[in-house]
Order: sequence, then structure tokens, then C-alpha cells
Amino acid sequence: MQGAVSKSIVIDPVTRIEGHGKITLQLDANGRVEDARFHVTQFRGFEKFCEGRPFSEMPALMARICGICPVSHLIASAKACDALLAVRIPPTADKLRRIFGLAQVVQSHALSFFYLSSPDLLLGMDADPAKANLFGVLEKKPELARDGIHLRQFGQQIIERLGGKRIHPSWVVPGGVSEPLTELNRDAILAGIPEALAIAERTLGWFKSIMENFREEIGSFGNFPSLFLGIVKKDGGLTFYDGGIRIVNSAGEVLANGLDPADYREYIGEKVESWSYLKSPYYEPSGYPQGIYRVGPLARLNVADRCGTPRADQELAEFHELQRTAVLSSFHYHHARLVEILYCVERLEQLLTDPEILSKHVRAVAGPNCLEGVGCCEAPRGTLFHHYKIDEKGLIRWANLLIATGHNNLAMNRGILQVAKHFVHGERMTPGMLNRVEALIRTYDPCLSCSTHAFGAMPLVIQLFNASGDMVDEVRRPC
Amino acid sequence: MSPVSNIKTLKIDGKDFSARQDETILEVARQNKIFIPTLCDLRGLSTVGACRMCLVEIKGTAKLLPACVTRVEEGMEVTTTSERLDRYRKSILELLFTERNHICSVCVSNAHCELQSLAQRLQITHVHFPYRYPKAQVDGSHPRFVIDQNRCILCTRCVRVCEEIEGAHTWDVMGRGIDANVITDLNQPWGSSETCTGCGKCVHVCPTGALFEKGRSVAEMLKRRNFLPYLTLMREERD
Repeated sequence: MQGAVSKSIVIDPVTRIEGHGKITLQLDANGRVEDARFHVTQFRGFEKFCEGRPFSEMPALMARICGICPVSHLIASAKACDALLAVRIPPTADKLRRIFGLAQVVQSHALSFFYLSSPDLLLGMDADPAKANLFGVLEKKPELARDGIHLRQFGQQIIERLGGKRIHPSWVVPGGVSEPLTELNRDAILAGIPEALAIAERTLGWFKSIMENFREEIGSFGNFPSLFLGIVKKDGGLTFYDGGIRIVNSAGEVLANGLDPADYREYIGEKVESWSYLKSPYYEPSGYPQGIYRVGPLARLNVADRCGTPRADQELAEFHELQRTAVLSSFHYHHARLVEILYCVERLEQLLTDPEILSKHVRAVAGPNCLEGVGCCEAPRGTLFHHYKIDEKGLIRWANLLIATGHNNLAMNRGILQVAKHFVHGERMTPGMLNRVEALIRTYDPCLSCSTHAFGAMPLVIQLFNASGDMVDEVRRPC
Repeated sequence: MSPVSNIKTLKIDGKDFSARQDETILEVARQNKIFIPTLCDLRGLSTVGACRMCLVEIKGTAKLLPACVTRVEEGMEVTTTSERLDRYRKSILELLFTERNHICSVCVSNAHCELQSLAQRLQITHVHFPYRYPKAQVDGSHPRFVIDQNRCILCTRCVRVCEEIEGAHTWDVMGRGIDANVITDLNQPWGSSETCTGCGKCVHVCPTGALFEKGRSVAEMLKRRNFLPYLTLMREERD
């Protein structure tokens, strides 16, 4: 690159994330990182090809967006369809859907924390890339890997017991769920709770004990002011299923509360950038890009006043102590994820011991009564919206999806810039630099196939570009 | 003609069988629990030999013949399973899958579909022909039922049950070859059909998820077909 005054670095593919994308880092004339972009390079088109389908097929169709969080898509889609039917679903169906959703959060968080991120946390950011995986964890701390596998199994088996299979069950339907819970299955799930609770406690304890080792990462991993968005119950409690949208600022002050998810287009703008298939949503009243906000575990714990279960409430209080304002570093996504696992297991027990939970009345039946419906829930990675319009025959005419990872798009870009400025120096990427940039992405646990509802087969790549647009370095790893 | 002369003897897969002369190879095979795959055939309806799944080999004939419409003959030697038949049947099924848009995973009839279960039984793992991906219509105009042309295999069971059992003749086939479609009345929206009685027999005889009850989610459409032989029997008795 003769005569080039500045360079850029490309990381392609980014590994240990769900989906495929690449990062480009723009260097200035002095070799310092000037700009960073996270490109999501997949396209699938769910919003388009569902047009013309009967709306009653939508939950199971939309669940196919993702094999990790199909349950969240099922729930958000079924809720949008409930709105089309204009029915109030039976109370037991409501509770069963909550159980389904919590089980999915447990298994998905377990995947993110233990399978994808624990190698960084246990073996260090500079560990040999060949060992930075679950097998490396198994070697150094087998009980941690076993706990992760067991916890994921606990969540997946709940999904199987309720929905008939672990991946892409079609049990959540417009108006409720298709089958009631049997006593046998309830008791089997309840029997697994003590062990799951013990794992959640154990892992949280371990994480807190090693947090000190990551002071530098905490300071530079997406540690910047932004808004936080999530749904909360009327009393401000943590929820994954139903509630009003609350937005807090970086000082921890509530900017908006009780916003109806059905009106999301009034307060969330959706910007499209030419360099990514992933939309860049922003908080409309603050404008673009100042309206940058984060969703997911960190945001949920920042917006919630309480969890509503005894152990998780203690942990939430401790979490809020991390920072007087809102907890700003994206590194704390890991911590928030573990608190949420604890909450989910406790909440599962509450719901499963509800006397109504075995009721056979689990579905409300109606035809299409409204021509437009929005469904919203908290997916493991953040707030998820499904929005459908149908014709009077019940066929989909238009659909819009706003996915958790999409909400975090601007924040991920800003986070990459921050971590790259801190750790990347010169024109060559060392493995440690590369892994830190990737690890920042992993804190958000992005699901790229979900977020673009996309198709693709390319793990993430980082590219280094100079000021005249020439690529001077590229880092590519097999997935 | 004495009753004795009405009885024919034949071999199916090397075994000796006797049958009435008005019976078809398929009927004799079924009575004797010999499996011959079918899609368009349905007990209680007339036979049309449309799907060609039931093709069998008959000694002395180079052509493959459909078992559903071929009557037994004295001394006939029938083979129901061979490499050649297996190849033909699989090819037919593969062509059916490529002709329209059969996406089992998101279909109302998933796990309850005759096309799907036959493909599983014949151990089809891949489709070797290019898919056509036609843009086919979904008609949701009927208050209780939906027709999704994406999943229709043109077996014409709906056409036959509507005419022969219900007596309405709402359904028929329009167009030829690759452009053929089942239609209601004179290709009007089903919901505006004046002949449809809304009995739902067509929905329950349909082997795939092409005809289904409105509001059914994925894998929820179970078809009940046991009514058909009873209805046929009762109508015959009345006549």
C-alpha cells in the first residue's frame, strides 16, 4: 500500500457468535483507529415471503428465523396474532407461554455464557485461539463446562416437554397454546429446578470472583453513555412476556415509561445503512444517531426496579451497585445474563406451582377481527417486535420485524470503535486484539441470522482499510 | 355365466391369489396386505389413475400398469416391488415436490400428510430435479376453509368427492398440463361459490395441506376420512 496515509483492518469472520458478519476498522495516518463498522452480511427476506400466507401459520413460520430462540419468535408472533383475533387468551395459556419463554432464556443465556464467552473469561483474552472454546474450558475447569451443558439441557428439555421438540416447536398458536401441560411433565420440570438453581448460584459466584481480572475490559468494552430500552411490568418489575416499554438514560433516569409496544413506530425510528443488512433502530425523540439505545440483559436490569423473586432481587440490588448511574459497560452483559438465569429458574418454579397451571383451557378461538396486530416480548437478546397487517380473508399483506440484535446495532458499532481504539495499535492485528474486538461483540450475544432474518454461510471477518479505501489487513478465521 | 367362472387366479409377488373378475390389482393387494403406494386413490371414490404411484409390472407386458384401474385377469403375474418400480415411484414423488411449493416444516399438514409420509416410506432423502418455485395462489375467501394451491398435487379427490358424494360439483380442474389447477365453480373465489354447501368433505379427503380448515396452525390439520365408506354405503343402499 505505497503512499497510503491511513489503513484499515478487517476481521472476517467474527467467531463464537450466532450468525455471520465482519468488522472493518479504519485507521488514520498515524495508525490509530478512526472508525469501526460492524457489517451483517446476510439476507433472508422473511418479511417479504410471508406475504400471502394465512396469519394462523405465522408463529411457526416466523420461528424458523432462528434455531436458538425460536420460542421468542413464536411468542412475539402469536401475540401479534392474538391482536389480530382481538382475544384475551386463557390465563393458563398466558402462564404456559411465560414458562416456555423463560426456559428459552435459560438455554440461550447458557449457550451465550458458557459455550461462547466462558473461554474468554476463564482462559483470558490472549488465550491460544485453538483452545478458546468449550473443550478448552472442559480441560481447565470441567465443572464449569458441565454446568453450562446441564443448564442448557434444563432449558431445552422444558421446551421439549411443553412443545413436543426442542427446536422449532409449533406449540404456541394464535389464541394460546395447542396442548395443556400434563402433571407428569410439570413434575419432571420441577424436579430439575434445584440443580438449575444451584448452577445459577455457583456460576454467578464464580463470575463475580473473576470480574476484577477484567478491569481494563470493563472500562473499554462498550462503556459509553446510551439509552436503555426494555419492557417492564406495571410495578417496574422484570418481565420477559408482557409489559410497557421503559426507556432510561445513561444517568439511570426514566425518560419514558409505560409506552404501548403496539405504538413502537411512534418512538422507534428504523434507519438503513448501505453497508449492512441489519437495520439501525434509534429512539426517535432523540434523533439519529443520538437516539442510540441498548436492549437485552444489561438494558433489562437497567430499566427494571425489581425482579420479583427473592434471590434475583438480591443480585439485582448488587448489580445496581456496580455504578451509581445506569450500568454502562457492555462487559456487564455477562453479569446481567447470569442474574437473569437466576430469575428465570426462580420464576419457573413460581409458575409451575401455580394451581391453575394444569388447566385444560389453553386456547381462545376466533377469526380475524382486527386487520393489524403487534406482538412484543423480551427475547434473550432483547426486545422483539412482530407487526403484521392482514386482509379481511386472514392473509398476511405486510410484516415488519424488529429484532433484539437490531436494536443493539448502533451500540455494537460504537462499542467496537471504543474497544478497537483501546486495544488495536499499528497495522497488524495480534490474536489478542482480534479476540477482544470479537469478545466485545459477544457480550451483546448478537444473533445475526435472527436480526436480518437472513441466510448466509460466512462467519465473521475483520478488515483493515486505509484512508484511500484500500484494504491493508484482513483477519479471517474458520467458524 | 356361473359364479365360479367369475373367479380369477393370479400371482402377486410370486404368491397365488384368487379374486373376483371385477376387482382391480390394487384391491386384491390391499385385501392381502400387500403394500402398493397410492396418492389419488381413496376408498369410497371412483378411481382415476392420475398419480401413477401404483404402477406395477405385469409379466408379458413391457408397459407398467396402474394397479388401481387394472382389473385382474386369469394367470396374471404381478410384481409390486422392484428396482425399476422404486425408481419410477421416487421420480414421480420428486417431481410432485418440485412442481409446486411443498414446505413441510411450516405446513398445516406436517406429520399428517400423505405426500410426506409416502416420501418417508419410500426413503426419499433428496430431490434430484430443480424446483420450479411457481407463484401459486392462496384463496382464503371461504369463511371456514382455505385452498393453498402451493400444496396441491392434482389428485382430484376434492373434485370427485364433491361430485360423487356431496353432489355439488363445486370443484373441477381448469387448464392443461403444468397449468392445471383445481378451481371452484367457474374459477371464482371459493367464498363466492353458489354451489358449495360448505360440507368440508373436500378438505378431509385432500391428501396434503392444500385444503385446510381456517385458523389451523402448523401441523394442526388432521384429516378425518372414515366417513367416506359409510356415506358411500348408505347412498348405495338408498339407491
